[in-house]
Amino acid sequence: MINFTFDGKAYEAQEGDTLAAALLRNGIGLVGRSFKYHRPRGIMTAGVEEPNALVTVGEGGRAEPNTRATDVFVYEGLVAKSQNRWPSLSFDMGAVLGLAAPIFSAGFYYKTFFGSAKRWMFYEYFIRKAAGLGDAPTETDPDRFSQRAAFCDVLVVGAGPAGLSAALEAAEAGKRVILVEQDSILGASLIRDPQEQDEAWIDATAEKICAAGGRILTRTTASGYWEHDLVTLTQRIAEPGQVPPNGVAQRLWHVRAGEVILATGSIERPMAFANNDAPGVMLSQAVRTYARRFGVVPGKRIAIATNNDDAYKTAEALRDAGAEIVVILDARPTSAGADSGFHVHNGVPLSVTGAKHGLKSVSALVNGETKSWNVDLLAVSGGFTPVVHLHMQAGGTLDWNEEAQAFVPAISRQKVKTIGGAANPEPIFTVAPVSNPKKSFVDFQNDVTLADVDLAWAEGYRSVEHLKRYTTLGMATDQGKLSNMAALGRLSEKQGVAVPEAGLTTFRPPYTPVTMGLLAGAGARDAGAPTRRLALFDIHQAESPIWQPLGYWFRPRAYPKGRETLAQAALREAQAVRTTVGMTDVSTLAKFEVSGPDAAAFLEIICATTVNKLAVGRGRYTFMLREDGFVFDDGTVWRLAEHRYLLTSSTGGADRMATHLSYVRNYLCPHLRVSVVNVQEHYAGIAVAGPKASAVLQAMIGEYPPRHMSTVPAAIGVTPVIVLAASYSGERAFELYVEASHAATVWAACEAEVMARNGSLYGLEAMEFLRIEKGHLVVGGEIDGRLTPHDLALDKMLNKAGGYIGASGLSRSALSEPGRKQLVGLEALEGTIPEGSMLIRLEGEAPQGHVTAAAFRIIEGGSIALGQLVDGFARHGEELIATSPTRNQRARVRVVHPHFYDEAGERYRD
Amino acid sequence: MMQISCPHCGPRAQNEFVYERTIDSVVALDAAPEEAMKTLFTRNNPRGVDEEIWRHTYGCRAWMVITRHRVTNEISAVRAVGPEALP
Repeated sequence: MINFTFDGKAYEAQEGDTLAAALLRNGIGLVGRSFKYHRPRGIMTAGVEEPNALVTVGEGGRAEPNTRATDVFVYEGLVAKSQNRWPSLSFDMGAVLGLAAPIFSAGFYYKTFFGSAKRWMFYEYFIRKAAGLGDAPTETDPDRFSQRAAFCDVLVVGAGPAGLSAALEAAEAGKRVILVEQDSILGASLIRDPQEQDEAWIDATAEKICAAGGRILTRTTASGYWEHDLVTLTQRIAEPGQVPPNGVAQRLWHVRAGEVILATGSIERPMAFANNDAPGVMLSQAVRTYARRFGVVPGKRIAIATNNDDAYKTAEALRDAGAEIVVILDARPTSAGADSGFHVHNGVPLSVTGAKHGLKSVSALVNGETKSWNVDLLAVSGGFTPVVHLHMQAGGTLDWNEEAQAFVPAISRQKVKTIGGAANPEPIFTVAPVSNPKKSFVDFQNDVTLADVDLAWAEGYRSVEHLKRYTTLGMATDQGKLSNMAALGRLSEKQGVAVPEAGLTTFRPPYTPVTMGLLAGAGARDAGAPTRRLALFDIHQAESPIWQPLGYWFRPRAYPKGRETLAQAALREAQAVRTTVGMTDVSTLAKFEVSGPDAAAFLEIICATTVNKLAVGRGRYTFMLREDGFVFDDGTVWRLAEHRYLLTSSTGGADRMATHLSYVRNYLCPHLRVSVVNVQEHYAGIAVAGPKASAVLQAMIGEYPPRHMSTVPAAIGVTPVIVLAASYSGERAFELYVEASHAATVWAACEAEVMARNGSLYGLEAMEFLRIEKGHLVVGGEIDGRLTPHDLALDKMLNKAGGYIGASGLSRSALSEPGRKQLVGLEALEGTIPEGSMLIRLEGEAPQGHVTAAAFRIIEGGSIALGQLVDGFARHGEELIATSPTRNQRARVRVVHPHFYDEAGERYRD
Repeated sequence: MMQISCPHCGPRAQNEFVYERTIDSVVALDAAPEEAMKTLFTRNNPRGVDEEIWRHTYGCRAWMVITRHRVTNEISAVRAVGPEALP
């Protein structure tokens, strides 16, 4: 005996029971409430296609909502809860929605909330509360999910008689075989209908497959068929909600197969009649499975409705188990079933009346008359739908099998073939539903009725793809495994065409729902991306900075002292740079060493500025364009030696720039004699800026430092460094590049000199203040991929000779027409300029631009900003409003030149 | 996920590779403005065989041109590009 609870009550199950079997064993017929109308729902199937019996299994972070009770095997201590009911399953307030069913017909949301966002926002809260499935867990899943790759010659999906035989044949032919079965045991239909191939045959076959080197995976679903015969398998190691034995709950396999054999069988179809969703209406094969496999007969007085021969096996199984077969309703017009020994009527069910945990009666149309029987269970069989999902995911086509009224695999696009019941479904006889369409459910999980399909048709929805989206048919977690064929039948009836002409919707992976954690695998939590630490991380950490993500990195945002806020610390740091000296870590900048006889020629292709006029030991600001002429990055380029350059660019764009350089070098310019090496992480970088920066440098390198935009090789102690005289802050400034492994000694030496001059460390926030005041650009702010060099006032620096990437794009006449946004400065006349705010002339008018970065004048105080403004160059002096409605902040601003500080550049000179 | 035969490493899973662009969208360095804009914005996107530039980014980092059918994903040819692949 295994103990489990359902909605807090304790029950017992038997070894090997699914939760559904265990619930039926305990006489529980009511398992959930339906999605839209909160109708009582029970267990309908015995497989993964179950639309009704959805429960939440497990607790805390391990809870798995919307688990099919038919697809979870009971383990000791299993905790299951019903869903979508309040306050309790048997008394559900939401059921009043069922009374209002006519209101909630197809397209209800579209019609009711069309064109009225405000009304929707009001009602959405209540609708989301009332309509729905289980609650997603809010705690972190404590389990691990692993991923594994495998290769095989033959992958067999489905371990029924066809699949087992195919796997055995392939394994004995010496092929590497993987056989997967979603159930916990092998056999599939043989478990339900043991014929000459009994349990012993299954065991012997499995043993032979393994002995021949094959691998058998149970509790494993082939959930997706991808390109080049890659099949993803989802393997359950623990059941939903169960504590996994080795911490791994599930495993995702990527199997690249030489050949795939699909022996996926078929899924039984329900029938459409009034109240066909009531607890106590079950699929015929499911009832047989419960009787034969689990020894549970979920009724005493049973009716069977069918349109085929298979359901008679159910009648026999139930009679053998001691139940009374009250009536068999055979939809076939002839005397089908007459010699079966059962009480057979040739008719179709009209409706059932239900009690809470089972049925009371079934009525049917027999020879034009309505007849009624008292029963507590109705087993229905409306035919069989081959499981063609994987065949279709692989890009295959389908044929219509008229006899079986079903689609079967036709042409395969990949190395896949379908065998067994999935290829040859049993013949059936189809009759159109005759009962009340408003209560005849087609899609049980999304509460779509025949009347909804009819309504969609009446409102002009002709395509099956439109019908699906309008009614939400087939869009629930079961993806229409039971419903799609019924809806297609109705649609083709309305259209007056054969079913195949009505069309089909797309089969998309996964075949059954997949836990998100499984897809994330080992990449969950912090492992999604590597944590990249600066070479000087420990040194910064000792100062307890505020860290800020930048690109893939974390950099100090500020180094607060005592109880300083971020803004206070940043202002103090920036003031140190303006008055004495500051130092900061700039290691994350993208850096490339470009060398070789054609290095200059290569850089003239990459950079939109001239490069080849640069003398050895000199550098310059540069920027790069996309092919369409827009600026996408900027940086500096330095000529270190005759044929050796250093190119820097933005941190955030580092990987993009690396790929761009590699593409240009390898694809566009393979003939150039040039080598491009990414040295971003090879060098650590330290920037020293301020009026006393030259003195700091002189003390460190023992010589007078190079003039602005010049570079020299030097040594600090015995450590070689590259000194670049470049300034982002607007002060006399230097960047020191040193091999990352030696960065700590250089940092320490530098810090000693800086502190001796009353200087300060500074972080990204202070750097922002400094560069905004100076009017320098930042990639991702002002350089947002939508402005040209002209818009950014960089056009005077363009290489007149052209030849760079983006030159032809830039020559488009549209890019020099008026009405483009241009870089401007903004100073506040009243209030503080909110970052990211919109620039408007009058309240209510359309925005004419936006604020890209806001800061304060570092010494004098006062709110300033950079922004993009339509025709901004010609609007200096104009007054505007910078408004941020979402933050309810605004300021009056004046448009000014974007250089607030030392426009002549005199502070660069000593 | 496709399987791509890298000219240097042999058959590898697609997730080791990064797609750069179709060669129809390569803007030649000396392209006239109209030609460049046509390549970027109004090129055809035919249903059928395409030549594409890929990079074995999480492998040998080499660039290659892959001939792929856009509907069936059948890869009929792979050739290396770059300085080493010059004749």
